Amino acid sequence: MKLLSRSLLAASALALMSAAPALAKTFVYCSEASPEGFDPAPYTAGTTFDASAHPVYNGLVEFKSGTTEVVPALAESWDVSEDGTVYTFHLRKGVKWQSNDVFTPTRELTADDVVFSFVRQGDATNPWHEYIPGITYEYYTSMEMPDLVKSVEKVDDLTVKVTLTHPEAPFIANLAMPFMRIVSQEYADTLAKAGTKEDFNNKPIGTGPFKFVAYQKDAVIRFQKNPDYWGEAPKIDDLVFAITPDASVRLQKLKANECQLMPFPAPADLATIKADPNLKLDELPGLNVAYLAYNTTVAPFDKVEVRKALNMAINKQAIIDAVFQGAGQVAKNPIPPTMWSYNDAVTDDAYDPEAAKKMLADAGVKDLSMKIWAMPVQRPYMPNARRTAELMQADLAKVGVKAEIVSYEWGEYLKKSMEEGRDGAVILGWTGDNGDPDNFLSVLLSCAGAKTGGSNRAFWCNEEFSDLLTQAKKTSDVAERTKLYEQAQVIFKDQAPWDTLAHSTQFVPMRKNVTGFTMSPLGDFTFENVDITE
Amino acid sequence: MIRFLLTKLLYLVPTFLGITIVAFGFVRVLPGDPVLLMAGERGLSPERHAELAHQLGFDKPVWAQYFDFLTRLLHGDLGNSLVTKKPVLGEFLTLFPATVELGLVAIIIATLVGVPVGVLAAIKRGSWFDQVSMTAALVGFSMPIFWWGLLLIILFSGILQWTPVSGRISLMFFFPQVTGFMLIDSLLSGQKGAFLSALSHLILPSVVLATIPLAVIARQTRSAMLEVMGEDYVRTAKAKGMPYSRVVMVHALRNAMIPVITTIGLQVGVLLAGAILTETIFSWPGIGKWMIDSISRRDYPVVQSGLLMIAAIVMLVNLLVDLTYGLINPRIRHK
Repeated sequence: MKLLSRSLLAASALALMSAAPALAKTFVYCSEASPEGFDPAPYTAGTTFDASAHPVYNGLVEFKSGTTEVVPALAESWDVSEDGTVYTFHLRKGVKWQSNDVFTPTRELTADDVVFSFVRQGDATNPWHEYIPGITYEYYTSMEMPDLVKSVEKVDDLTVKVTLTHPEAPFIANLAMPFMRIVSQEYADTLAKAGTKEDFNNKPIGTGPFKFVAYQKDAVIRFQKNPDYWGEAPKIDDLVFAITPDASVRLQKLKANECQLMPFPAPADLATIKADPNLKLDELPGLNVAYLAYNTTVAPFDKVEVRKALNMAINKQAIIDAVFQGAGQVAKNPIPPTMWSYNDAVTDDAYDPEAAKKMLADAGVKDLSMKIWAMPVQRPYMPNARRTAELMQADLAKVGVKAEIVSYEWGEYLKKSMEEGRDGAVILGWTGDNGDPDNFLSVLLSCAGAKTGGSNRAFWCNEEFSDLLTQAKKTSDVAERTKLYEQAQVIFKDQAPWDTLAHSTQFVPMRKNVTGFTMSPLGDFTFENVDITE
Repeated sequence: MIRFLLTKLLYLVPTFLGITIVAFGFVRVLPGDPVLLMAGERGLSPERHAELAHQLGFDKPVWAQYFDFLTRLLHGDLGNSLVTKKPVLGEFLTLFPATVELGLVAIIIATLVGVPVGVLAAIKRGSWFDQVSMTAALVGFSMPIFWWGLLLIILFSGILQWTPVSGRISLMFFFPQVTGFMLIDSLLSGQKGAFLSALSHLILPSVVLATIPLAVIARQTRSAMLEVMGEDYVRTAKAKGMPYSRVVMVHALRNAMIPVITTIGLQVGVLLAGAILTETIFSWPGIGKWMIDSISRRDYPVVQSGLLMIAAIVMLVNLLVDLTYGLINPRIRHK
């Protein structure tokens, strides 16, 4: 018996060896951080989704590669009821689940899996709700899904009906987000029986283009092409994430061909990358905005003229040149130009220190001193808030405004900047989650967001503006929504609760022989279409 | 000897208790709320914040939290990470071998190079070798590790292409982790070339990590040797016509080793501190990088339990150093 198993082992090893070298095409991605886990629902970091939601899983709907357009995935089509509260999804037939050493699926994707994927997050009494102690579903909660989703029902094996409590047009875009990936109920049952529920987060099973193989913490994640994938088969056989936290080291690895693609290059390295004959650099405007939010409830910033005057005193182009090193553009609207409904007809308050001075004098503001809050961390929308604040400080001094720069530890910063009666204007920003304008405008500027726990750091509550947003959520007609959002942007600019600073550009360096990679405006890294040419 | 050991072990108990307080207090003294950090720009409603804080036990008074921590500790439970939700002990055990492997190789390099350099510098005091090596040691001691590591990567991996840039082994090799020590696991895997690959990945990070301890050991060896070389018994040994090499190696070095061994033992703490930066630059999956990430996310359970484990290890190493004195100098055994 021993002999037999040994010879079997030898034979299978031989088979592997003879098959592997000639054919296997391995693609190595130098990722910037470790994933928090492999179940996409409990987490919020993009790095985690790049290693779980995108390679391993599929959603009912997903974002079309390189865009924020929502396209069918596991749901081939869907109908929306007249009143916009009932969504009926028709599932794709014959979608196979992946397998691993502890699980071999006996059935294909059904409506049960979809229902399970919703209720495990939304229903606190579901046995899988807290399958790991302390686990929570922050994205599901923060996208207000618990209030929105009334029920999820199986109609038949391939049809699911989701009923909402009220019409909400961005709902379908929420479903395309990584936290709403569809997981296997049969796999969950198998693990529950075996008493190894935590493996749901360690050994993911999905329907996506790649199968999870292994993870060595903080070092390497390995994936393999899923031979049963329902979509177009990936062109590479093995996908490897080499976790490399330092940007300069990532670049050295890329140069040495130890990996073929990397995220987040250091701005100072961009010129070197462009000059390297073995590398190329893709770029795309990010789906983000950096802003300076005034406290519109505190004098004299409650006056529109004062806010406008300050906006005119700040030279935003100089910030783009010095802080963003050109990798960005001046913002005039709260949403980025790559987003639908962006109103290009809006004109920004142009840089004009003389006019600003006069406006301040006309408003009766003399010897104004204020605080500028500079974030202590670097974010995709803001490479250096401290430097930005210093440039603002110098600009404001020219119009006779004395500015003091303050900063706090990041967690404190987020908390204190939302405290009522906050003293000073805050530098902050936002990166879009789902490509819907509502995800910027409602979160950052609605009346509902202007209270503790919200994200409206200007504490700006304009009824007319908020009404437009509410109206736009009630219809799923994109043309109509576009009109409403365009109007909202006009009101925003007219009232100037923020100085809109910048939309940053994202860069992705890769080896010259990499083809098929598309940059995502949402900042996702997906490799199902990637190939390496010789 | 046994009594000596028992007294030493007894001392460990209050020290350990003190460390639990420091480890627990340290991360809570830092400003920043882990719950808010989890939410980021998005923000949390006060209700949700309270709910999460309650779930994580942060709404209890600090003394109660500390008591919970101690109770769980006595049951062998180090808690779960707030970020990965996984048991801290499991994560520690996965990552620790990588740090030990790197640290061991670094301390071996530092000792094998540092001691001979120090001895040579001492017996050739004032020579060009003495001056050059001691200047180099001073530079090494003051070296910013991050910059030094990057410099070596750019030179040896980028320009010369002699060594791999980062990681523990070439991605070509894939085998299960048995001991967690890549040098051993690569041999066990039986895959051709795996051991050499693991070894080549170790060179740069261990040299970088060894730099500061090497400098300290070389300087300490030199001064200890100089002191011993002036002793009467050394002069006597020289006077009775003993070969110079024997005087140095047997009479002088053995006696000079006691402060040197203390220094080497103390370097374990330095190594763990240096590992934080070295591991980050070389993408080395060890506990140094793990601690840094956890501190910046205010992952309380990981930071407090991780600090505790690290402190416990440093304490044990110091105990071992104390015990080796006895081997070198029998007089210490009876004290």
